[in-house]
Amino acid sequence: MDNAATTALSGEVLNAMMPVMTECFGNASSIHAYGREAAAYVEKARAQVAAAIGAAPSEIVFTGSGTEADNLAIHGYALRNKKRGNHIITTTVEHHAVLHTCEALEKQGYEVTYLPVDEYGLVTKEQVEAAIKENTILVSIMFANNEVGSIMPIEEIGKLCRERKIAFHTDAVQAVCHVPIDVNAMNIDMLSISAHKIHGPKGVGALYVRKGILIEPLIVGGAQEKRKRAGTENVAGIVGLGAAIEIGVREMPNAMAKVKALRDRLIDGILSAIPEVKLNGHRENRLPGNVNVSIRYIEGEAILLMLDINGIAASSGSACTSGSLDPSHVLLSMGIPHEIAHGSLRLSLSDYNTDEDVDYVLSKLPEVVAKLRKMSPLYNG
Amino acid sequence: MYTEKVMDHFSNPRNMGELDDANGVGMVGNAKCGDIMKIFLKVSDDGIIEDISFKTFGCGAAVATSSMATELIKGKHIEEALKLSNAAVVEALEGLPPAKLHCSVLAEEAVHAAIKDYYERMGMHEKAEEIAENEHFEEHEAPREH
Repeated sequence: MDNAATTALSGEVLNAMMPVMTECFGNASSIHAYGREAAAYVEKARAQVAAAIGAAPSEIVFTGSGTEADNLAIHGYALRNKKRGNHIITTTVEHHAVLHTCEALEKQGYEVTYLPVDEYGLVTKEQVEAAIKENTILVSIMFANNEVGSIMPIEEIGKLCRERKIAFHTDAVQAVCHVPIDVNAMNIDMLSISAHKIHGPKGVGALYVRKGILIEPLIVGGAQEKRKRAGTENVAGIVGLGAAIEIGVREMPNAMAKVKALRDRLIDGILSAIPEVKLNGHRENRLPGNVNVSIRYIEGEAILLMLDINGIAASSGSACTSGSLDPSHVLLSMGIPHEIAHGSLRLSLSDYNTDEDVDYVLSKLPEVVAKLRKMSPLYNG
Repeated sequence: MYTEKVMDHFSNPRNMGELDDANGVGMVGNAKCGDIMKIFLKVSDDGIIEDISFKTFGCGAAVATSSMATELIKGKHIEEALKLSNAAVVEALEGLPPAKLHCSVLAEEAVHAAIKDYYERMGMHEKAEEIAENEHFEEHEAPREH
């Protein structure tokens, strides 16, 4: 129930990776047969990733993670295009891979506008439009939020950015293989992908960079990935990403219909079984597998520990789980008070989850909540 | 990240609940920060903590430190209970992650707040003042009651 954190590796993906981890160990940069074989694997994966989002293979740069892809897109674009301007527009609910990159750029003299979100965690095209200035060079807005699952109006924002000749990056780590993506129809210039969120391996991601969009490499020391990202390619990981995204997109219509049905049953079940619970995020306009609720009078980490004792893996936006004194920046940005945000619970489903999993959570969660509420001095139920 | 002892006190908290006949009640922390601890004491005429209970809103460490603190001072004289330090609670729990040490401080403060309340109810204002002086109760927002 924590598939937004990571997913199980698909057997089909593992099978695709096995030859590269055993007999085909070549360095994709080598001229000899071993190297050429490895290079062929990498290029096949590049074509698979490109096809999944409607891009050309030459527009895909493999990275070490989704986080690295975000860093490369924003930092790399800002450095390369500084002469054109120094203003970047993003939102307050981005992943820290984007937020911390923007904060680092602010220290280097860039100017960043962090657009506030509404109660569902969404921004509008109009907000972006109003924030555009003469020196705006880049807009970076996530496709779908990792905590509350809200899906941003990417197509509208993409169209606006194209009209205003501003580069548009989207962190699509949570959206790939969950919602249809077409970088051309949506006017996306850069898009971040991570393999382990889509039943692929950890340690590999990709950045789509539209032809004509220039970025500065952040990792130098080799000519790999057309000099956009140096370092010997993680061939097995790249092959895994290619296989995972191809399978994910192929299976998306069926898999996501199934996941969405599980999600809706889980949401309805929780809201009807437990009093004083609120759904965070939009009821319909959310990722097929995302459930995020705030449960009053109790604290998120305690919920997670007790669910874990019952064999259920979940996640929370409470301060105790964020590693800081404040609860989730996403929930706070949505106007949710601290004390309610501390009691948030995220359950994220994948197509590997079953009806039995949902039944099991619905049988255990009310007990866990009742037990913790009984302990809480805030609750007099 | 938690010791077995912490998980034991979290899953099977000792002395959890309210005492109807409490003669000393202390509550510290605030909901905004995500921790509130409330301690109920039943102190005998000769100053012995006959019964004790707690209610806690907070993480696993907050529940475990409250539970352990009540266990450590149950049956003790209140003067002795006042000497309970957060370090003793941590030691009894066989350690806490560094980020959770503040929970043990909160447990110590909750015990002190309950004893202070007992002294005040008994008209022993000097004693209550002493506790207040010996510590700097942090400024806490009034917790929201249900």
